[in-house]
Amino acid sequence: MIASPRSNSAQSPQYKRNKASHSSFEMFAWLFMRLSGVVLIVLIFGHLFVNLLVGEGIHAIDFGFVAGKWSSPFWQVWDLAMLWLAMLHGTNGVRTIINDYAERNGTRMTLKTVLYVAAGVIIVLGTLVIFTFDPCPAGAVIDLPSFCPVP
Amino acid sequence: MWSWVGHRITGVVIFVFLLVHVLDTSLVRVSPEAYTAVIGAYKNPIMGLGEAALVAAIVFHAFNGLRIIAIDFWKKGPKYQRQMLWTVLIAWVVVMIPFLIRHLTIVFSNFFGGH
Repeated sequence: MIASPRSNSAQSPQYKRNKASHSSFEMFAWLFMRLSGVVLIVLIFGHLFVNLLVGEGIHAIDFGFVAGKWSSPFWQVWDLAMLWLAMLHGTNGVRTIINDYAERNGTRMTLKTVLYVAAGVIIVLGTLVIFTFDPCPAGAVIDLPSFCPVP
Repeated sequence: MWSWVGHRITGVVIFVFLLVHVLDTSLVRVSPEAYTAVIGAYKNPIMGLGEAALVAAIVFHAFNGLRIIAIDFWKKGPKYQRQMLWTVLIAWVVVMIPFLIRHLTIVFSNFFGGH
């Protein structure tokens, strides 16, 4: 058997739960994990199939491959949904793990602050990349998709 | 119990890869040369094995996640949780075998045969 988190410690001989709050955030988070999980299975299995199994697989992936996909709104929306759902799903999962294993209040606060900042940066960065992407950048010489004008 | 440990470990592994994967994909915004150079690092056989391990983690997390949903929402879910764990493991093997054959063939044949 595996001991439950924070069950065997000098600082917290018993798991001390915080007082019940009147917020339904935890219920919402629990439901979100299940709903986003189902959607992510479709999005990520599709992503892996198209990028790793079709055609030449991973060897086909270069700048032109990405440019070809993101020239279509379908893949832009697909990747945007995958980015947001996977990041929120993963961030909430790691939040749960931090709450389970970090025993001191200060440690939990610090770890979760780092987690939220990292997640925020990655979500904003990924979103900007998808929407500000230029498939035919000026001055580039290799790997451009075939629809770019010949320089 | 072990499925719970496995779910947490695979979840953390996938999350860490996701952070790196958004960063490497973001290089398309720097230059085509930068992106293609870094993505080239994913194509050697050692990384190919790493990708296989990552996909194995994703497929387990996905199928066990469906099992968790069934335990939570299906009336008979808790009663059949053990049988569902075996179903998860069998489905995992059934999906991973063709994936590994296809992906490792691509990774190793292109590496040794060149192109």
